[in-house]
Amino acid sequence: MTINPDLKYSKSHEWVRMDGDVAVIGISDFAQDALGDLVFVNLPQVGDDVTAGEAFGDVESVKAVSDLMSPVTGVVCEINEELLDAPENLNNDPYGAWIIKVENVTDTEELLDAAAYEAHCAAEA
Amino acid sequence: MKLIFEKSVPGRRCAILPACDVPKVELPADLQRETAPLLPEMSETDVSRHYTELNQHVHGVNCGFYPLGSCTMKYNPRIDEEMASLPGFTGIHPLAPKGAVEGCEEVIETAKRYLCEITGMADMTFQPAAGAHGEFTGVLLIKQYHDSRNDKNRTKIIVPDSAHGTNPATAAMCGYQVVNIPSAPNGCVDLDALKAVLGPDTAGLMLTNPNTVGIFDENILEITRLVHEAGGLCYYDGANLNAVMGVVRPGDMGFDCVHLNLHKTFATPHGGGGPGAGAVGCKAFLAPFLPHSALMEEPGHIQVRGFRGNFLVVVRALAYLLTLGREGVPEAAQNAVLNANYLMACIKGTFTPAFDRICMHEFVLDLSEFKKATGVSALDVAKSLIDYGMHPPTMYFPLIVHEALMLEPTETESKETLDWAAEVFRALYELGYKDPAFMHAAPHNAQIGRPDEVKAARNPIVRYVKA
Amino acid sequence: MGSYVPSTQEQRQEMLQAIGLKDFRDLYRDVPESMYLDHPLDLPEGQSELEVSRALNGMARKNKVYDAVLRGAGAYDHYIPSIVKYIPAKEEFLTAYTPYQAEMSQGVLQSIFEYQTEICELTGMDVSNASVYDGATAAAEACAMARDRKRRLTLVSGAAHPDVINTIRTYSYGTNDEVKVIPVKNGKTDREALKAMLTPEVSAVYVQQPNFYGLFEDAETMAVPVHEAGALYILGVNPIALGIMKTPRDCGADIAVGEGQPLGLPIAYGGPYLGFMATTTKNMRKLPGRIVGETTDDNGNRAYVLSLQAREQHIRREKAGSNICSNEALCALTAGVYLAAMGPAGLKEVAESSMAKAHYLCRELMQLPGVKLRYEGPFFHEFLLDMPKADEILAALDQKGILGGLPYEGGVLWCATEKVSKEMLDEVVAIVKGVLA
Repeated sequence: MTINPDLKYSKSHEWVRMDGDVAVIGISDFAQDALGDLVFVNLPQVGDDVTAGEAFGDVESVKAVSDLMSPVTGVVCEINEELLDAPENLNNDPYGAWIIKVENVTDTEELLDAAAYEAHCAAEA
Repeated sequence: MKLIFEKSVPGRRCAILPACDVPKVELPADLQRETAPLLPEMSETDVSRHYTELNQHVHGVNCGFYPLGSCTMKYNPRIDEEMASLPGFTGIHPLAPKGAVEGCEEVIETAKRYLCEITGMADMTFQPAAGAHGEFTGVLLIKQYHDSRNDKNRTKIIVPDSAHGTNPATAAMCGYQVVNIPSAPNGCVDLDALKAVLGPDTAGLMLTNPNTVGIFDENILEITRLVHEAGGLCYYDGANLNAVMGVVRPGDMGFDCVHLNLHKTFATPHGGGGPGAGAVGCKAFLAPFLPHSALMEEPGHIQVRGFRGNFLVVVRALAYLLTLGREGVPEAAQNAVLNANYLMACIKGTFTPAFDRICMHEFVLDLSEFKKATGVSALDVAKSLIDYGMHPPTMYFPLIVHEALMLEPTETESKETLDWAAEVFRALYELGYKDPAFMHAAPHNAQIGRPDEVKAARNPIVRYVKA
Repeated sequence: MGSYVPSTQEQRQEMLQAIGLKDFRDLYRDVPESMYLDHPLDLPEGQSELEVSRALNGMARKNKVYDAVLRGAGAYDHYIPSIVKYIPAKEEFLTAYTPYQAEMSQGVLQSIFEYQTEICELTGMDVSNASVYDGATAAAEACAMARDRKRRLTLVSGAAHPDVINTIRTYSYGTNDEVKVIPVKNGKTDREALKAMLTPEVSAVYVQQPNFYGLFEDAETMAVPVHEAGALYILGVNPIALGIMKTPRDCGADIAVGEGQPLGLPIAYGGPYLGFMATTTKNMRKLPGRIVGETTDDNGNRAYVLSLQAREQHIRREKAGSNICSNEALCALTAGVYLAAMGPAGLKEVAESSMAKAHYLCRELMQLPGVKLRYEGPFFHEFLLDMPKADEILAALDQKGILGGLPYEGGVLWCATEKVSKEMLDEVVAIVKGVLA
């Protein structure tokens, strides 16, 4: 399992990277591994509000569905439409395959740095 | 196997209809179909052989052991089929005048009377077409009841975490917020957890008893009392009624409404996924809220499908009830429970029951220790059973047991079949230690190997397209 | 007494002993004494197969089987080819459960895949589910699937089947959503009224084609304002009419649904019937119910599986769009056999012949004094007549073993299918003439 040292993480296994004022959000390698082969991603629409700690979409494997939790509060300004056709990108390149971008960020959940996240994963495993 | 479309030959057809003996009428051009649909073009021989080939790759309960937990795969009597195909039933128009349908009404009324007696209910509808549809109808009874009292604050339905997925999905379809409560270690309702969530916002509770791990909840009277005390109503999911019919009645347990799966408990065939019938019974105070057909009966009622429901399924269930009668109904339940306990006892010592105690009509094996020791999963065991010609049990359900296999033999299996099944399970247990790789690759003798479900979901091909 | 329990009394004792119990009461030790039934059920004694056969034959004989059925209104008496009755009665198809174990169920799965293809072909849509309960629930599920967080209002044509409208209402009552009925003008959906009702809250518009009065709607033209308003367009169609009628897809529908009973299923006092449901690729993952998909097995061979299951209740639980699991698989199989036996040419003939007979009957009856067609316009195989002495007419036909049209809104709603011969239609006209003379 890899942890990208440049990212921040939520306890529910999403990662966040700030590009200026925009929060870029994806799921961690730990998350994709636990979920197994992903077959579909339900994404919000551009313009939708997201709230820190609440679901903004979900990912499906063959036998399960898991909520995607937003680590920030704000407005969706871009979605990664490529994932609709190629959900396997989340398995193959979890830190490259971002899911949504959020602007007007007004609130952020308490996030973990790479080291703290590694400890969090070790505790959950 | 070739698809039917791959066997189609342009211009070939069956001789079914005479030429039209009245003048043809042209459809206006703007209403006409632009291209003919790509339907198979076949001779009757082609049609017969195609479906016979498909039929050879289907396993039905009348063909072999089918211990699919929570599905009550009991033998489907042939006489029930014959009765359901009488022209005096199949040829009756639902909107024919009352005097022409007295026999149909007698079927419905008689089945209703018997099933109300078995469930301890006062009235019943046969409009719902399946179990989940019955749940929907039943919870709508609860909703109408609260609405009729202008009790608008009851927004929550309580569902145990061991419940079938249909229970929470149904509550959501009825506009309720679902409150999941954890089960006690024995799989039954945790009374403290229940008390903690009951309140003025409780609309009702949905429960199966015996529950999804095959245990009769001995606190049932206390459970229904607590819900009623909070002002909620109690819904009985009849998925597991086969264990207790004629022995104890949902009405006497304190339930207000109930659905029955006629295609499980009352031996009507499941047809590879329906038609079923989800009869819904209720106590007298809920009867005014039962569904009706807008066209056949008085308006102003809810309605969950057209006309009166899957009538021919009710005919089959009535034939079954007439056959069993007052002694046969409890006899079926008792032997269903006996068979489950016997099979569990025979398997014990190899695979581990999740709850080592007397069960009802079904029991759950917990293969997590076995998997740790051998690497062989519940899925591997299930797939290996196929090579023995046995339909696998329900897998990975209920969710509260890991590596679960849920077995429901039903009363129509003989001791010989159960002895054979136990032998197969014991053999697979040993094989898991000797040759786990063989089991990972099972089935070996089926028509296909394990299908790639990830591929099917990532790139859905859901219809044939002519190359 | 009849019983399907094979074990003998001795075996039952042996089995009880093997689990260390004395008697059956021991098996029910968790059942509190207070509720354990201490008296036999109030049911008759069990009966032998012969007695059961007598009893049910007796009930069946109390029904009247007509020589000709000229009543439709949602249940259509078409000819059912012999092979269509015979194949679904095969023990394997008949007594299997839902095909959860693909390796043991390829026959069922392939039959559903073929059915899905046929429904797509008939409707012009991209994807069909494995069926729902009936036409009314198909319509209600389609309305539910069209809703999103912002759009919750459903508009339903008042010219749709009353049971369909009421079922849509009931499902919407469940989710606390509103349904408005579009007024009817001259027997068809009032297009101007529809336009005025298309507010931004509208999620879907449901129109039936041909409608309850038998008339063809201007289905294609209505699609334009519906889509302009951002709503989904749902067409409820008669599958036999689809043999000749423009497809829902070509009419601009986003979801096509309908009652599949005319495809080889008996009228059977209302069921079991078959709800079909198809949509575009764009809406595929919102479609409720089972869907069979094609894939390969671990040897690379073609195989069929229940697919896209993460939409469904056993995985999504309270977040599922519908709770449906069992559907009408055997009825879908029946429809598949029917469509294979008829083929494209046969289906077209059934549609043309039904339409021709209905028009013949209509024309002949309109020759009689006082008989008037209530609504003008192209119609399929049903039509509403205003006629004097309607009750007497229906009674006279009944006496001759003919089920006449349905008394409805002060008129009589007639239906004819290919099953009725010209000779029979002429007899009907003669009987009506006799009453009116």
